[in-house]
Amino acid sequence: MNVLAVDDSRTIRNMVTLALTQAGITSQVAEDGVHGLEVLSQMAPDAIITDINMPRMDGFEFIQEVRKQDAYQGIPILVLTTESAQDMKLRARQAGATGWIVKPFDPAKLVGALRMVTGG
Amino acid sequence: MDPMAEIKASFFVECSELLESLEEGLLQVQGGDTDPETVNAVFRAVHSIKGGAGAFGLDDLVHFAHRFETVLDEVRSDRLAIDADAVLLFLKSADSLSDLVAAARDETPVDEAKNTVVIAELETLMPGGGDTNETSNDADQELNFAPMTLSLDLPAIGSQVDADIGEVTDEAAATTPVWTIRFTTEKGLNQSGNEPLFLMRALAELGPVTAICDTADLPSLKVLDPSQTNLHWDLTLSADTSQTDIEEVFEFAQGLCTLAITKNTSDQSTPDTADIEALPDLPDLPALPDLPAPSVDDQAPAQPATENTPHEAPKPPAPTPTKAAPVAATVRVDLERIDRLVNLVGELVINQAMLSQSLSAQNLTSNTTISTGLDEFQQLTRDIQDSVMAIRAQPVKPLFQRMSRIVREAAHDTHKKVRLVLEGEATEIDKTVIERLADPLTHMIRNAVDHGLETPEKREQSDKDPEGTIHLRATHRSGRVVIEIQDNGAGINRERVLSIAQSKGLVPTDAVLSDAEIDNLLFMPGFSTATEISNLSGRGVGMDVVKRAIQSLGGRISIQSTPGHGSTFSISLPLTLAVLDGMVIEVSEQTMVVPLSSIVETLTLADAEIQTLDQGTQVVHIRGKFVPLLDLAVEFGYRAPNVIPEDAVVLFISAEDGEPYALVVDTIHEQRQVVIKGLADSYGYVPGVAAATILGDGKIALILDPVDLIARAGSPDTPTALSMAG
Repeated sequence: MNVLAVDDSRTIRNMVTLALTQAGITSQVAEDGVHGLEVLSQMAPDAIITDINMPRMDGFEFIQEVRKQDAYQGIPILVLTTESAQDMKLRARQAGATGWIVKPFDPAKLVGALRMVTGG
Repeated sequence: MDPMAEIKASFFVECSELLESLEEGLLQVQGGDTDPETVNAVFRAVHSIKGGAGAFGLDDLVHFAHRFETVLDEVRSDRLAIDADAVLLFLKSADSLSDLVAAARDETPVDEAKNTVVIAELETLMPGGGDTNETSNDADQELNFAPMTLSLDLPAIGSQVDADIGEVTDEAAATTPVWTIRFTTEKGLNQSGNEPLFLMRALAELGPVTAICDTADLPSLKVLDPSQTNLHWDLTLSADTSQTDIEEVFEFAQGLCTLAITKNTSDQSTPDTADIEALPDLPDLPALPDLPAPSVDDQAPAQPATENTPHEAPKPPAPTPTKAAPVAATVRVDLERIDRLVNLVGELVINQAMLSQSLSAQNLTSNTTISTGLDEFQQLTRDIQDSVMAIRAQPVKPLFQRMSRIVREAAHDTHKKVRLVLEGEATEIDKTVIERLADPLTHMIRNAVDHGLETPEKREQSDKDPEGTIHLRATHRSGRVVIEIQDNGAGINRERVLSIAQSKGLVPTDAVLSDAEIDNLLFMPGFSTATEISNLSGRGVGMDVVKRAIQSLGGRISIQSTPGHGSTFSISLPLTLAVLDGMVIEVSEQTMVVPLSSIVETLTLADAEIQTLDQGTQVVHIRGKFVPLLDLAVEFGYRAPNVIPEDAVVLFISAEDGEPYALVVDTIHEQRQVVIKGLADSYGYVPGVAAATILGDGKIALILDPVDLIARAGSPDTPTALSMAG
């Protein structure tokens, strides 16, 4: 499995990468939505993990942009953020998110959720 | 290193960056910036610190960041208007956050009382006293979407199960409850990237699952809306599990499906819909690109899922090949590696000098391919060196931003109003220089607030803005970096400075000193103008220590002060501590190097006129001006005074006060780049000598500090000489 992880925090990017690597999942990272779309144009991930609060392009807009692309209409997108407020989740859902994981995240749950939504 | 420890270390590095942007943003807001993105950036900084801290269980940090973030969230959502006091409180909160990060990093205790006060102050900003949600509660809501619509009557079913257990004969079946789940997909499920098949597979991880599709609601193809699946799935799960576990499987589909979960005994496993078999001509479920191998059977050995489930790919597809990797903007490198590179480049410079030297010794320097090659080699060496130095160079911004806090705290302690204006923060200096500049700069900034600026009352009496201003600026000036600390305070009270110096015996009571000389008394050891020891001064660090610290960096410090208008302290620093452009000179057969940056002009003595004044002091008369003269050979004890050779050369040096001095040397050999080899570790501070270097012929030469030489050996009236005498 190959995953694109988008987060403006280097620490979270490192932690996600570590969790995925330990589970045998390859990943690429991007620093915000704009960067995420750039990276996406150069890879074909099986799933995307994204933060919400990011500079330049936030997670909501990023998800919407991804969903506009034919190739990614059905790609699982997990939102990884510290925001657990209900309206944030609804907004993410409206943008097209598949699921939601609240930081701080349990690596096993992240991997489990990824496997679930990708069927892997 | 343990990967988590490595990530933690990098988290603290990231925290410093985030704290910098936090403070920068807040200062912009304070300065009147109303761009929503500025507040957003401020929020994000706190938010990211909280996020990372949570991952490492740094509860104090998470707790504080959460409270801070909650208030900032109100601000960025325009639910809370802020005034100048609120921004000040945010800056104070940023300081506390910074302390908490430091405490977490160094594993030192935190000042809980102080943080509690700040949190309490933050919450007064909140309508209704603030958010009471703890982040730890948030963490419990992991994988949590909107509450789903469930039609179940658990207590009733539960009692039924209890009643049935005794009647079941098959022991294994009796211990494995059977669940029936009616799963109805709704519009939007596919668009959310949720795939019913995968949900069922996840369910199969709990136990064997039978899935039967109810296509009764499926419209004809003509009117079929692909986004609406119109399917019901009747799932039978045999598993000793809880309803919560089952609900969790469908967590991401909440709001996009309806679920009806009932618990039966195993022999009632056939649901009511059992007669409706899955039809082979069902529309395919939306496919995901490049699906990895699904393997329901591995996890669910007993019952396969519906026979016609799509995407039962027997073999896993090859992992998606990673195409062009995203361009990484930065690479993090150990400083040690860069230092090794810097040293090697230093050796390269020496080696290149040696090659040049041996070439010229064999008269091969003109018009040969070797000399052309050597010229190119020299150019390349210089380019490599510039590039390596650029790696070590860092903007002064983080250092400057740290000063904002110093100013805030000093202003608070002295009850003064102070605004710090930062300029030229992008100016880059060698990392080591920046690190070693922090202490002297902190001291000077404190001094500027404490001694430089007046109290608001005094300022108002002088028709000044009650808020004092301190400018901290960095600029590149002729191969050096100049850092200025300028206050618009009262200026140096020279009368008082002189009387203190006299009362302490630092200058003779009858001495007549120029303004610049009086100002420089501040740098004398043992001088302190504080009549009563305030919270800020009297810490045992005087300006003499500041000056020494700057000098040890190859820098110089000077003062300009205008009574009533303030003072400016200027620190001039070399760009790097590794190499310098020097003029190789000779004095009484000793080869030495004078930094090129300190030389204003060179002249042969024939062009200049030497005059001897009354006390035997020699001056050079040039362009109608008398310039004090300093014979290097005399200073180093190589020859008697006033015996200057006829063909000697004069180097004009600009002293700290800007006045020119003439340095007499015997010969100038060449201009060349030399590698600085510090002497301080072995010999400590050597007056007039900055460092040493290795020349092209392998000989060691001293690199002089002419400004220090002039200050120490100049006319007996200079304060530095007095300090030596006293």
